[in-house]
Amino acid sequence: MKGLLSWNVLSGILNTMIGLATPFLFAALGETFAQTAGVVNLGVDGIMLLSAFAAFYVTLSSGSLALGLLAALLVGLAMGLLMSFVSVTLKAEQGVSGIGLYMFGLGMSSLLFKVLIGTVKTVDGFKPIAIPLLSNLPFVGPILFRANILTYCAFLLVPASWWLLEKTNLGLKLKAVGQNPAAADSVGISVSRVRYLAVCMGAVLAGAAGASLSIAQLNLFQDNLTAGQGFIAVALVYFGGWRPVGVLAGALLFSVANSFQLWVQVLGVKVPSSLAVMLPYVLTILALTVTANRARQPAALNKPFERGES
Amino acid sequence: METKAAASKAAPAKPGRVEMRDIVKCFPGVRANSQVCFDVSPGEVHALLGENGAGKSTLMRQLYGMYQPDEGEILIDGLPRSFRSPADAIRAGIGMIHQHFMLVPTLTVAQNIALGERSGRWPLADTKRVVARVRDLAEEYGLAVDLDAYVWQLSVGEQQRVEIVKALYKGAGLIILDEPTAVLTPQEVDDLFVTFRRMVAEGHSLIFISHKLGEVMAIADRVTVLRDGQAVGSRMISETNRDELVHMMVGREIKQLEPRALEAGASRLRIQGLRALGDRGTEALCGIDLEVRSGEIVGIAGVSGNGQRELAECLAGMRAASAGTVCLNGRDIGAASLNERVDAGMAYVPEERMRDGAIGEFSVKENVFLHDHAARRFRRGIFMKARAMNEHAAELVREFSVKTPSLDTPLKTLSGGNIQKLILARELSRSPALIVAAQPTRGVDVGSTWYIHQCLLQQREAGTGVLLISEDLDEIRALSDRIAVIYEGVIVGIVERDSASVQEIGLMMSGVGA
Ligand SMILES: Nc1ncnc2c1ncn2[C@@H]1O[C@H](COP(=O)(O)OP(=O)(O)OP(=O)(O)O)[C@@H](O)[C@H]1O
Ligand SMILES: [Mg+2]
Repeated sequence: MKGLLSWNVLSGILNTMIGLATPFLFAALGETFAQTAGVVNLGVDGIMLLSAFAAFYVTLSSGSLALGLLAALLVGLAMGLLMSFVSVTLKAEQGVSGIGLYMFGLGMSSLLFKVLIGTVKTVDGFKPIAIPLLSNLPFVGPILFRANILTYCAFLLVPASWWLLEKTNLGLKLKAVGQNPAAADSVGISVSRVRYLAVCMGAVLAGAAGASLSIAQLNLFQDNLTAGQGFIAVALVYFGGWRPVGVLAGALLFSVANSFQLWVQVLGVKVPSSLAVMLPYVLTILALTVTANRARQPAALNKPFERGES
Repeated sequence: METKAAASKAAPAKPGRVEMRDIVKCFPGVRANSQVCFDVSPGEVHALLGENGAGKSTLMRQLYGMYQPDEGEILIDGLPRSFRSPADAIRAGIGMIHQHFMLVPTLTVAQNIALGERSGRWPLADTKRVVARVRDLAEEYGLAVDLDAYVWQLSVGEQQRVEIVKALYKGAGLIILDEPTAVLTPQEVDDLFVTFRRMVAEGHSLIFISHKLGEVMAIADRVTVLRDGQAVGSRMISETNRDELVHMMVGREIKQLEPRALEAGASRLRIQGLRALGDRGTEALCGIDLEVRSGEIVGIAGVSGNGQRELAECLAGMRAASAGTVCLNGRDIGAASLNERVDAGMAYVPEERMRDGAIGEFSVKENVFLHDHAARRFRRGIFMKARAMNEHAAELVREFSVKTPSLDTPLKTLSGGNIQKLILARELSRSPALIVAAQPTRGVDVGSTWYIHQCLLQQREAGTGVLLISEDLDEIRALSDRIAVIYEGVIVGIVERDSASVQEIGLMMSGVGA
């Protein structure tokens, strides 16, 4: 237990936390957009899986990380279009279509993996970039300012999302469509178009989340690489009360718990590993029950819009 | 994404002259409009009258691009147009204020007005421009709105003003107002009419839908009456009168109701020192004392928001009282649940009928059995007796002449008056000892109002006690044996039916007469 208390270990835990938080931030902020507009996309995990594979495969075969990332974003976009077509145009039940999307992503990614790659391989992922000066700050420098480009993007996305939701015209439309689609419709806003946009933005970000796993964090691909992180991301949106800052808090909380349990195992502290692995999930469930606050929930969440009802 | 054309801004005051020709619109099982012709001249207030379900809202929604007509054509300024969405109608200078407000409660007033507008500071939301222009509009038309308030904080009357400002802001030359006065207090209606007159003076045309003939006679230049989806005729207001309009709407005469003199009997409801908190945590009922006896209608008059809603909810068992007792037939029901109160003989006709009284997604039949599905005569063991239930529902629908395509139609597609008649039918079929009716005829047409009033009077003669809570003073005065005036959560006075003038009651309602 003594080893856990040193400064080095603490800084290690926090540094790992920052890295682990990256996919959660991308995916959960993206899901925040979709849910703000009234669409629950439970397929986030499936999108992450398929785009993680795409990023990995393209990087492996072309040697270009940029192309790999682009492939992941495009896969995200395609799956976002699919999700919006099913849930917005066809007005299918959102929960069910999301689970369908997840199964598709899960199955497709492992099929393609078997056919196209077959064995465990690794790639050279995005490297940490030390920011001059800032990275030399004592203690916080190594924690915050020696991360890879995707991690920086994920954290910058927090204020950017806040700005988009609170300050821009698009943010206004997203909220209106999620709170009272009939009102948005009556002033000439196309509810479907806004929902398509929101779901696709979310899906592209889920694509980035997938890429951050396979070509920045783990630098490999395997079956069910995400192990349900996409679902945790959806939970974080509720936890964060549909606000980017709240999502950030949730992502950090979950990641620090995860990072802590990893370090516990690495340092060989005598705790049954299955208990340690459970910790972040237990913590999430507890946090969700304590903070559950439906007051901010978009009123039209999960409800397809049909003109002339109400 | 931007759907609003800048063009309409250029000529905001230009009146839209509209002509709708032979409009036909069908929904599953109903012909909501058949061969309707309707037109509006520049600078005119054209009223649209008709019973619930006559097709007024449907006709207007087609003009506003929300529905497309099955047949017929719409001409704007003499040119045929087809609107595929409200965006097209807005661009053509048409605005609509819906029966249910179209505002986003979690956004501010300014944000609601900016919604759907092209932003001058893209990609930012342009609420600055809203602030500047709304100030002008507010002055010009006497419409004060607080732009920074969130919509959920506003009263109904204030929300209405926001809707009107919104339509004017979007450059509407023709504004459709679908029952704008149904939820307003008499004072607010007067203010609204002042605004209307200014708008007309500026050259706007208005289409005004209301069930209140007095309002129509006061504000409209011309009136068109719809019945069962057909236009039965148009009249200049100067050349018609109430009786003719009622006859056109209902197809028969409607006699004035005259309650018979009755001796009130035993106590049905006795309220003593009732106190309760409102939604905002402040005291909404500050010690109510009231008695309703058998064979008596007691009316609660008052300006909206003086505790009427809380009183009704307390009686129905939907709001906890903080002090006081409520006795039904001499039995204390203060702690009883809604169900126990129903079993004890209380019937409740709620103000928010779609929230508290019925479930919109359920069928007409299912709504009839919301309470009584477990009653002996409708079940065998754990199974429901489908036949008995069908017969009972069909009987109620027939007896109360509820207009519905079938018993399995989802309730929410019926018109407001028909939903109300169904709820009343359900409540009265249990032969209650006491009826608590909150705003029973709000948004309900002349014919159904008459019918509902008649039902209440019949119940009174049968020995039921009736507590009638209404903001419509005419309704209170027509039906009540005694009128209790509520002001800031207390009963400030109780008068016998014929002993007080409207002025006296009005003064008490505003808190000065007591
Ligand atoms: N979206 C819809 N789907 C099916 N039926 C509908 C729909 N909208 C309206 N109707 C039906 O069309 C008819 C006309 O309804 P409409 O709402 O136009 O009546 P209204 O004259 O506005 O009545 P009210 O005074 O109660 O507002 C009614 O029978 C109603 O049940
Ligand atoms: Mg209507």
